[in-house]
Amino acid sequence: MNVNVRSRELEGSTRGIVRGGETLKEHRDRLMEATKRTKHYAGLEKMELRDSQPILYNKLFSRLRAGVVDARETAKKIAASPIVEQEGELCFTLYNAAGDSILTSTGIIIHVGTMGAAIKYMIENNWEQNPGVRDRDIFCNNDSLIGNVHPCDIHTIVPIFWEGELIGWVGGVTHVIDTGAVGPGSMATGQIQRFGDGYSITCRKVGENDTLFRDWLHESQRMVRTTRYWMLDERTRIAGCHMIRKLVEEVISEEGIESYWKFAYEAVEHGRLGLQNRIKAMTIPGKYRQVGFVDVPYAHEDVRVPSDFAKLDTIMHAPSEITIRGDGTWRLDFEGSSRWGWHTYNAHQVSFTSGIWVMMTQTLIPSEMINDGAAYGTEFRLPKGTWMNPDDRRVAFSYSWHFLVSAWTALWRGLSRSYFGRGYLEEVNAGNANTSNWLQGGGFNQYDEIHAVNSFECAANGTGATAVGDGLSHAAAIWNPEGDMGDMEIWELAEPLIYLGRQIKSNSGGAGKYRGGCGFESLRLVWNAKDWTMFFMGNGHISSDWGLMGGYPAASGYRFAAHKTGLKELIANGSPLPLGGDTDPENPVWDGLLKDAVIKRDKQAITTEEMFADYDLYLNYMRGGPGFGDPIDRAPQSVVDDLNGGYLLERFAARIYGVVAVKGDDGAFTLDAAATDARRKAIRKERISNSVPTEEWLTGEREKILAKDAATQVQQMFAASFKLGPRFEQEFRSFWKLPESWTLTEEEIGVPHYGSHYSMDVSELPDVKTVQFVEE
Amino acid sequence: MAYTRAKIADLIDGKIDHDTLHQMLSTPKDPERFQTYIEILQERVQWDEKIVLPLGPKLYIVQQKQTKRWTVRCECGHDFCDWRENWKLHARINVRDTAEKLEQIYPRLMAPTSTWQVLREYYCPECGTLHDVEAPTPWYPVIRDFEPDIDTFYKDWLGLPVPERVEAA
Repeated sequence: MNVNVRSRELEGSTRGIVRGGETLKEHRDRLMEATKRTKHYAGLEKMELRDSQPILYNKLFSRLRAGVVDARETAKKIAASPIVEQEGELCFTLYNAAGDSILTSTGIIIHVGTMGAAIKYMIENNWEQNPGVRDRDIFCNNDSLIGNVHPCDIHTIVPIFWEGELIGWVGGVTHVIDTGAVGPGSMATGQIQRFGDGYSITCRKVGENDTLFRDWLHESQRMVRTTRYWMLDERTRIAGCHMIRKLVEEVISEEGIESYWKFAYEAVEHGRLGLQNRIKAMTIPGKYRQVGFVDVPYAHEDVRVPSDFAKLDTIMHAPSEITIRGDGTWRLDFEGSSRWGWHTYNAHQVSFTSGIWVMMTQTLIPSEMINDGAAYGTEFRLPKGTWMNPDDRRVAFSYSWHFLVSAWTALWRGLSRSYFGRGYLEEVNAGNANTSNWLQGGGFNQYDEIHAVNSFECAANGTGATAVGDGLSHAAAIWNPEGDMGDMEIWELAEPLIYLGRQIKSNSGGAGKYRGGCGFESLRLVWNAKDWTMFFMGNGHISSDWGLMGGYPAASGYRFAAHKTGLKELIANGSPLPLGGDTDPENPVWDGLLKDAVIKRDKQAITTEEMFADYDLYLNYMRGGPGFGDPIDRAPQSVVDDLNGGYLLERFAARIYGVVAVKGDDGAFTLDAAATDARRKAIRKERISNSVPTEEWLTGEREKILAKDAATQVQQMFAASFKLGPRFEQEFRSFWKLPESWTLTEEEIGVPHYGSHYSMDVSELPDVKTVQFVEE
Repeated sequence: MAYTRAKIADLIDGKIDHDTLHQMLSTPKDPERFQTYIEILQERVQWDEKIVLPLGPKLYIVQQKQTKRWTVRCECGHDFCDWRENWKLHARINVRDTAEKLEQIYPRLMAPTSTWQVLREYYCPECGTLHDVEAPTPWYPVIRDFEPDIDTFYKDWLGLPVPERVEAA
C-alpha cells in the first residue's frame, strides 16, 4: 500500500517530522506522484482498511465526523460575533499529513480546500525547517493569494502529532466581522488592491505549547476595528481545533495508529470514487454550456475609490462548459472568463474550486463524506489571469463572493438539465440567489466603542425553483447550508440600527411554473450611532441568476437610503412613519412621508462608505431565487396564494402568469378560472405575434455588433474576454459570422485597462513556491 | 430503491408527498427511474414519436416514427430541428431590451438595466410555449446549452438499446 510509512528506507537520512520519518515535502511529493501515476489518490488502487474491516472503517468515519460537528457546535458558543454565533459562519476540517482533507464539519465548507491549500503552502515552502512545525504549535492564515476566499475568513491551523510524529492537521475558520480594511465591515468595497483589504497573515506561527504569542495578540487586536469579536473568534477556532485534536488522540488510543493512518488516506480515495459513481448514477454524459454575469458599477459618484483607473463600469463574465465523460469523470472549463479587476471581487483558484463543493454537497454528493476526494475527481480549467485565477499579487479579494455565487449559479442549470433528462426531478434546481445585500459600515456604536458591522441577514435569501416545486423563500445562502437570517433582537444588540420593518420582498423570486423563492427586506433606522457610515453591496444592473427551462431570472437589486428624514419630528408629532417594506418600488410610499429628505433610490447597488446620522434610513433587500418552467403553466391557485401571501404584486398576476384574480372587500384575492383560461390562451397568441424568428433577430443583432453598438461596459467585457480566451473569441466570431476586419480591444473602447498588459504573480517573489491546483 | 409508477407520476406533476421527496433526495438513486419516467411521458403526449430524451417540461428529443430521424420536438407536436442543432435558432424570440419591456416582468428598480443585460424569451412558433429565457448581455451568442451523448447514456450507463437513428443528410 502506497501510504505505508517508509522508516527503513529513510534510515540514515535526515529525519522528517511525518510519521515514519519523511519530511512533509517528501511525503506530499510521494503521494502526488502516485496519484498522477495510478489515477487513484495516493496510489490507493485498493482500500485495505475499508475492504477488510468495513465496520471499523465506518466506525472511524462516524466517530470523527460526529466529533468535528460537535466541535463546531460547541466552539461557536465561545464567539460573541453574531456572524459566528447566530449565522454559523465557521467550519472545522480534519486533514491528513499531506494537507488533504479527510472530513469536515457543517458550516462554511468551502474551507475544505482553502485551509488545505494553506497547509500545502507550508509544506511546499518548507515551514518544517523554518519556522518549524511542532506538537502544540498554532498557525494563523487568511492569505487569499495562496487559497483563501477572502481576508475575513481567518484560519487557525494546528498540527496533530502521535508519539512525536506528525500524523495530520486540523483547521478551523471563522468569518470575522472586520479585517481592518480601508472601509469597515468584513467585505469592504472602497479598496481596489490587496493592500487595502486589511490585515493579511500568511501561515504565521502565532503560538506554541498551545499558547498564543504575546506579540501576536498585541499586534492582531489593533489591526482590526472589532477587537473583542476578533479575540473571541480566535478562541473559538482554537477551542474547536483542540477538541478535534483530542478526539483524534482518543481514537488512535482505542483503534490503533495503523487503522487511523490508513483511514486518513483511504477516505480521500473513497470520496473521489464516490463522486465518480454519483456522476454516473445521476447525470447524462455530454457537454453542458452556461454563463454567469455580474455588474461592477464603479463609474457612479457614490463609489469612491482611490484610483482613476478603477473608476469605470465593467461586467464580470464566467462562461463554463461541463464535459461529463462515459467513465464518470468530468471537466469544468471556464474559457472566456473576465480578467481580474480593480475591485474586491477576485477569487483564488482554490476558493473557486473548493466552493463548488459547497454546491455539490447539496445535490451531487449529498453525503457526510465531504473531503478532497471530490477535488481529485474533477478537472478544472481556469485560465491564468482570469478573475478566478489572477496573475497579479496586487489583486483584492474582500468580496470574492460577489461573482463566485453568480458564476456557480450557472452550473446548477447545467447539472439540472441532466437530472431533468434522467427523471431525477427532485434534484433539479434553477439556481441560487445572488446572496446580497450586505449591509456594512462602522463608526462608534451604541456602546461608544469603535465598531464595524456586516449584517448577515442575507444568509437567508430565496432559493431557486425546482422541477417539482417553488424555491424556498428567505431560507438559505449557497455558501452556508446551515445559514439563518438571525434574530432581529440580536442584530439590534450588535448594530446601532433599529428595525422599522422586516417583510417578504414581493416579486424578488423569478417567475415560472414553479417560482423562485422570494427574499426579504429590512428597514433599519440609525439610532445611537456616532460618526457612522454604511454602504451597499450587491447586484443591481444585472440579475446574476437566470431561470431554467422557461423560468425567469430572479429580480435584480436596488438601493434605498434616506438622510435628513425629519423622523424625529414625525415621531414626536405622532405622524405616519415608514414601516414594513418597500413593497412596490415602482409606486413608493415612504418617500411621500419624508418631506425634504435626501433620498437615494436607484440601481446603484454597490457603494462605498456614506455618512449616516441618527434617524437616517437604510433598506436591506435580500434577493430571491430564479424560476423554473413556463409561468403560464403555474397552477392558477398558486398565483392567487402568492398575491395573498405578499409574494407577488397584483399587476403581475395577469401579465406574467395569465391569472385573473378578483380582490374581495376583505382585501383577499380569489381566482376567476374562466377569465384565467381566456387570458392564458390570449398570451399564447400574443407571444407568437410579438416575437420574431430567431434567425431574423440574429441578422439585426449582428448589425449592431458590426456597428459596435453597445454600452461601454458590454464592449469592455467582450474585449477583455477575447484577450484572455482566444477560443471564446473564435466561437464568438464564428457564431456571428464576423469578417476578419472586425476586432475589439480595450484600447479602442477608450477605457482604462491597467493590468491588461502588465502583471506580476506572487510566485515571482523570492523564495515563494505556489501550489497549482488547476489547469491554467 | 424503486418507486411506484404512481409516485413518479406525482413527481412529474409536482404533487409528490414530502416524505417520498425527502427519501428521493436522501437515498441512493433508483436506476430504473429513466424508463418509468419516459413511459409516463410517452403516454401523456398526443403523438406516437418515441421520446428519446426530455429536454424540458414540454421539450423532447424524439425519434420520428416514419423516418427514424431524431428531432427536437415541442409537446404540441412542432418539430424545431434535427437533434444535433440548437433548437433556439429555430424558435421565435422576444427580446426585452428596454426598461418598458423589462418592467412588464419586474417592478421598476427590480428589473435589470437594459444596457447591461437583456432577456431573450424563446417560444414555440405553433403553441407559444415559453421553453427558455436567456439573460445575457447584448451581443451574446445564443447558447447551445446541452449536447447529450445519448449513445453512451443508453448503452453504457443504462444498459438499454439506443433507439434507431437515421442521421439527416
